[in-house]
Amino acid sequence: MNPTTPPAIEATGLRKAYGDNVVLDGIDLRVPRGTVFALLGPNGAGKTTTVQILSTLIRADGGEVRVAGHNVAAAPQAVRTAIGVTGQFSAVDNLITGEENMALMADLHHLPRPEGRRVIAELLERFGLVEAAKKPASAYSGGMRRRLDIAMTLVGSPEVIFLDEPTTGLDPRSRHTMWQIIRDLVDGGVTVFLTTQYLEEADQLADRIAVLNGGRIVAEGTADELKRLVPGGHVRLRFLDPAQLARAAQVLGLGLCDDEALTLQVPGDGSVHTLRALLDVLDSASVDVDSLTVHTPDLDDVFFAVTDRPEHEKVQAR
Amino acid sequence: MTTAVPSTPHVRDSLTMLRRNLLHARRYPSMTLQVALIPVFLLLLFVYVFGSALGAGIGQGGGRTAYLAYLVPGILLMTAGTGSVPTAVAVCTDMTEGIVTRFRTMAISRASILVGHVVGSVIQSVFNLVLVTVVALAIGFRPDASPLEWLAAGGLLVLFVFGLTWLSVALGLLSKTPEGASNAPLPISFLLPFVSSTFVPVDSMPSWIRWFAEYQPFTTVIETVRGLLTGTGIGHNGWMAVAWSVGIAVLGFVWSLRLFDRDPS
Repeated sequence: MNPTTPPAIEATGLRKAYGDNVVLDGIDLRVPRGTVFALLGPNGAGKTTTVQILSTLIRADGGEVRVAGHNVAAAPQAVRTAIGVTGQFSAVDNLITGEENMALMADLHHLPRPEGRRVIAELLERFGLVEAAKKPASAYSGGMRRRLDIAMTLVGSPEVIFLDEPTTGLDPRSRHTMWQIIRDLVDGGVTVFLTTQYLEEADQLADRIAVLNGGRIVAEGTADELKRLVPGGHVRLRFLDPAQLARAAQVLGLGLCDDEALTLQVPGDGSVHTLRALLDVLDSASVDVDSLTVHTPDLDDVFFAVTDRPEHEKVQAR
Repeated sequence: MTTAVPSTPHVRDSLTMLRRNLLHARRYPSMTLQVALIPVFLLLLFVYVFGSALGAGIGQGGGRTAYLAYLVPGILLMTAGTGSVPTAVAVCTDMTEGIVTRFRTMAISRASILVGHVVGSVIQSVFNLVLVTVVALAIGFRPDASPLEWLAAGGLLVLFVFGLTWLSVALGLLSKTPEGASNAPLPISFLLPFVSSTFVPVDSMPSWIRWFAEYQPFTTVIETVRGLLTGTGIGHNGWMAVAWSVGIAVLGFVWSLRLFDRDPS
């Protein structure tokens, strides 16, 4: 890659507040061209606001943002020619058919008629929408609508694609289809900026992940780097009565006790070795365990690891 | 790209948006039809049910036929007014849909989204005006206007409709929900057409209403159209009608663009 070409997305000191409610509190982002960047965070972290600012939908209160080399505040139209956006809520016209939606995009991108028809046919085919093409978009399933949404975004051959929670609300099969679509996009050379609540999704797709919490980037790195921040996950033990639970807590001397659910959450990576040691201790103390589940590190664990620091100090996972 | 792109993306994008809006109207004709039929229904109701009594009251020789001649210009304005409701609803509905969010992130003419709505609505209203005129002619409306007077009346009506439509677009943008948007144009679609010289001359009203009714936009346009079609006196109503129409159009246009340019919440 040519080192002199500017990154696809570059933001410094991005700020946005609605009244007293600070949504983005000075975030920095840098996404090289041709890569997938995932912005990971819980609801209300500011993910959608970030996408809205990067995609010229709303104005930032402060900071500088360049997308595809253009400043979003000074040259929004130039940015718009380079980007494609698929929002959290489907950006399709429900009153007209899938094919008409595609034709609308072709017209708005000023494609000559024959080229427009060719692009539309190609995309409908690629996204498995040929049969549904003549049906109104309102009759589409969630997965179909999301596919139509992305197909519409691709009509303009964007360099940078924003996907705001592309798999939220989809069933597992549609989610995997969507993942494959995103991988294919990247193989085609576009830059993808996606937001998600799921670590697994970021893990599957992204070259780099930034964790957004409370309007700040609290950690950034590759999936592996982030997972290293999490001390291994936990084992959850369930008991039949409070006496057993209390006894287990006493014997082990650690863990998070839930008296209501009769569970004890013990830190541990869930390897056979750790489990055996754990059960041996409980056995020798004659504690009856009803059931046991192993939890690998998930988004919650990453969050606890990266947000449980004074002043939300940024962790550089390198 | 082989063919040169016309240097007027505003026109091109507006035409695309217009096609989209006309497609909506064709796919979902119920509201379109309802809006076209209300003025026709009012025309028939007032002519055949109240016409004889009201005709005697307006004192131009009385009778149903005289009342028909009096009523038609007002009904035409009412047609213009009722058209504001579907416009406001369509704009508001559109803004709540994700598709407009998509448009806002595309390198298209931003105004085209609104222009498409306005032109679509004006076409719709012109169709409704023609429908009402045809029904009126069919039931015995016999204006003595010259072709030039017809043209002037038609032109003024289109100008007024254009103004009302931009105002309706602003009301649609202002409304949070489509339900709210269907109520917001009530003054234009209902109140002003009734408190005017649509059904009875303003002279017959108590003085405090008369003052308002006489100078409000609908009355000035009604009186001008009435004068052009049936030869009654126009007086100061002519220039006032044009001034109101242009004023409303400018206000609606500027207000709409301001509202549309806000960051979407």
